[in-house]
Amino acid sequence: MHWKHVIKTSLTSLRINRSRSLLTIAGMIIGVASITLIMSLGEGAQAFILGQVQGIGSRTIAVLPGRQPTSPADTAQLFSDSLKQKDVEALQKKENVPEGELVMPIVLGADTASYGNETYNITLFGATEAIQKILDVYPSSGNFYTDDDVRQYGSVIVIGNKVKEKLFADEDPIGKKLRIKGKNFRIIGVLPKKGSGLFDFDGAALLPYTTAQQYIFGTKFFNRVVVQVHSEDEITSAIVNIENTLRDSHGITDPSKDDFFVETPADVISRLGVVTSALTLLLASLAAISLVVGGIGIMNIMLVSVTERTREIGLRKAIGATEKEIMIQFLIEAILLTFIGGMLGVLLGVSLSLLSAFLVNHFSTVAWSFIFPIRGALLGIGVSVSIGLIFGIYPAKQAAKKNPIEALRFE
Amino acid sequence: MPLIEVKNLKKKYAEGEFPTVALHGVSFDINNGEFVAIMGPSGSGKSTLLHILGFLDSQTSGTYHFDGKKMQDYDDEELARIRNKKMGFVFQAFNLLPRTSVYENVLLPLVYSDIPEENWDELVKQAILSVGLESRMHHEPSELSGGEKQRAAIARALVTDPQIIFADEPTGNLDSKSGQAVMEILQELNERDNRTIVLITHETYTAENAERIIHMLDGEIERDHPVTNRKSAKARYEK
Repeated sequence: MHWKHVIKTSLTSLRINRSRSLLTIAGMIIGVASITLIMSLGEGAQAFILGQVQGIGSRTIAVLPGRQPTSPADTAQLFSDSLKQKDVEALQKKENVPEGELVMPIVLGADTASYGNETYNITLFGATEAIQKILDVYPSSGNFYTDDDVRQYGSVIVIGNKVKEKLFADEDPIGKKLRIKGKNFRIIGVLPKKGSGLFDFDGAALLPYTTAQQYIFGTKFFNRVVVQVHSEDEITSAIVNIENTLRDSHGITDPSKDDFFVETPADVISRLGVVTSALTLLLASLAAISLVVGGIGIMNIMLVSVTERTREIGLRKAIGATEKEIMIQFLIEAILLTFIGGMLGVLLGVSLSLLSAFLVNHFSTVAWSFIFPIRGALLGIGVSVSIGLIFGIYPAKQAAKKNPIEALRFE
Repeated sequence: MPLIEVKNLKKKYAEGEFPTVALHGVSFDINNGEFVAIMGPSGSGKSTLLHILGFLDSQTSGTYHFDGKKMQDYDDEELARIRNKKMGFVFQAFNLLPRTSVYENVLLPLVYSDIPEENWDELVKQAILSVGLESRMHHEPSELSGGEKQRAAIARALVTDPQIIFADEPTGNLDSKSGQAVMEILQELNERDNRTIVLITHETYTAENAERIIHMLDGEIERDHPVTNRKSAKARYEK
């Protein structure tokens, strides 16, 4: 078996029928390109989420009201009002959670803010001064509210960059009054442009949680409580202490009846990771169907090719080719065809992925990074070669079985 | 020991409603270095016989010894190896690969041989030279005349230096002049290299290039005789 010659022969025959070969592998190209693109986007999405979540810091534990959602129907539980001021105070006590460095309650909501004749819908973050450090939101001009503001229900507010652009245009908003729910809030700081992430701070305003509860939301509960521990090693023991403290505070003895749940950045990463992986897998399997369809097309064309080349097969047998050699030649031809299809598909998929990364970065505020989909590329090429092998075997066997006399007589 | 030894060879085709008998039990020997023509009208069984002799088909009964060994004793792979090493085939329809140069066509049998690759180039050029086609070496079959195509096919049959060449109506698609040229080459291969040639033809004047003619009719050997006034193809052409 002279492999060089086998491959050369296959390439020649593919080149002779160039347009037919290309049309045959068009399905493969599209299928592999889709797989590559989907896996590339999937990996990009995961990297994006990871980057966002890691930005929160690995020393933070979030306590959320309600039961941990186990199914989409459970989401209603998120709006439970189980986390109250007394819980925050209990968590702040060193004897309850010795690992805790700081405890920060958060209230969240959206409302219309106005300045003069301009109005804008903003997201409201009510928290303590510590939110600056935990979520990395330091003002680029002006100041942040202080713990005194929190204690004294201070009507002060720090606005995101987009809020400033929408309501104040070129005016300096520091010292101006922002009107929300009929009450005026003095703007003391403006945040730098941050881009979209897990939280959209550009379109948000930050104020003391006490103020937000009292004057805007009219509630007495928190949407989450963030506990930051001294070091990452303490996370596990801190979680146990937080849970025990809250159960004690809520009078719960059976942990399955918890009306709160605890979440770490690691939990978020793994949960979102599972979602994106599942989605990627689903889409990739859909793309794989097009590969199977492409494979059937390849089998069809190979069968046509075997019939067309009946004389050639007869001749090769007459001059000494064995059945095995004929079979290998046609099989190599099918595999080469699908391999080329796979390569072109990867090329197309990577180009599309690069293009989408460029478009996302250019036209949106999301910082998306292109990730070369090594897994997707290997999978795409591997699958296409296997398809060449699987769908090439039958035509190759048909070729090998041809009777040389019949084959030579064939017109 | 004869190169080919055939005893009571029968061939039946079971396909279709009525079984056809192509060979009714033929027996003959062919010695090494002989030039034998098998002649007969169409349907006489001469092509079937050639296919069996060339290991392209197998008999229904009877025995066939090639080079002292029974055909049935070879497995398919060995048959393919012998076809490659010891036999050369020339067909009426040339059967050259289209869009492939003369050089590549002649090279083809070497691909299936155990001859080392470094010798290929020399063997191919030698074979092409021996049929006088060196100026057409890199032309494709579509650029050749009928006679040139058949000469290329002969070069392909020669490239593995086989003991025997089976030529199935090699002049059937050629004008008389090109046909003569092909016959000349076959005679030369026989006389100069002592190569055994088995020629199938239905034309007497082509058969008379051989040393011996086996006449076939209805699947049987009608007559088997030497050619008494054998003329070299060249002499007749010059006349």
